[in-house]
Amino acid sequence: MRTIPTALGVLFFMLAGQCVAREAPSSVNDPVLENRVIRLTSELRCLVCQNQSLADSHADLAIDLKDEVRSQMRAGKTDAEIRDYMVARYGDFVLYDPPFKRSTLLLWAGPFALLLLGLLGLAAYVRNRRRRLQQGELPAIDQARAEALLRGQSGSEPR
Amino acid sequence: MKRFLPLGIFLVLVVFLAVGLGLNPREVPSPLIGKPAPAFQLPQLQEPGRTLGSEELKGKVWMLNVWASWCVACLEEHPILVEFSRRNELPVYGLNYKDKRDDALRWLAKHGNPYTISVRDEDGRVGINYGVYGVPETYVIDRNGLIRYKRIGPVTVQILQEKILPLVRQLQG
Repeated sequence: MRTIPTALGVLFFMLAGQCVAREAPSSVNDPVLENRVIRLTSELRCLVCQNQSLADSHADLAIDLKDEVRSQMRAGKTDAEIRDYMVARYGDFVLYDPPFKRSTLLLWAGPFALLLLGLLGLAAYVRNRRRRLQQGELPAIDQARAEALLRGQSGSEPR
Repeated sequence: MKRFLPLGIFLVLVVFLAVGLGLNPREVPSPLIGKPAPAFQLPQLQEPGRTLGSEELKGKVWMLNVWASWCVACLEEHPILVEFSRRNELPVYGLNYKDKRDDALRWLAKHGNPYTISVRDEDGRVGINYGVYGVPETYVIDRNGLIRYKRIGPVTVQILQEKILPLVRQLQG
């Protein structure tokens, strides 16, 4: 556990060293291309500032990668080819919309599995409760209250 | 029994969160493991007139360490690399990433030079091919030029002894 403060310290310096803001030079003379760059890079994760997309990030590496995307688009590469180029280097983690495969099974199916588990638990609880009520089984407190009420009523209202 | 159920759920959550805290989100599994190391031909840091190509390193097991004089975390691992290079177990090659030549030379003079040769990746393009995103990064490349190990962040004595050295001995063996 002693490694956590160290790791945090290292992380801080790594981020501090690299997440220094710098404006990305954009190709203002070609808004169509620039739109395509922004659209594609906002689907890609910046690995330096992990919770930012490449489009949002001003980290040095993000700027280099945006330049790379731009020059590959100029060279006529398709979006899918550029996405593959990124995945080959940085893995599925660069994609904000990772593909469904064995290593991402838990990621995609996990929430639905949890939902199913919750529904099964709820169904079991409801079924169990209904059965107990039908069998006339009441919790001890309810039983005592019911008996007290019955006693009180029998005193004031003759049947 | 029923009374302890919330406590049980709580404990499971605590375990999950504790494990999650201990994980390093920067350690993203590299898709490059087992793949050929991307080829490069780059000018040497010490002798800018000469280049070094990855082809020349085929046939031996070697380490590639990505470093820069501006990289704070590199200082943390540097003494370990210097010490390791003295043992001559594995040639360590440096990829001087997005750095100025003068700064890099001054940094090596000050902190020691563990590298057989350092090459200059001034525009970071070779770095991109190697999937570098958090300097320092360290790769172990085998005789056939395949990447067998990648470390993102500083190399520690523990990692060197428990992961890198056993792998290197197996690869060299």
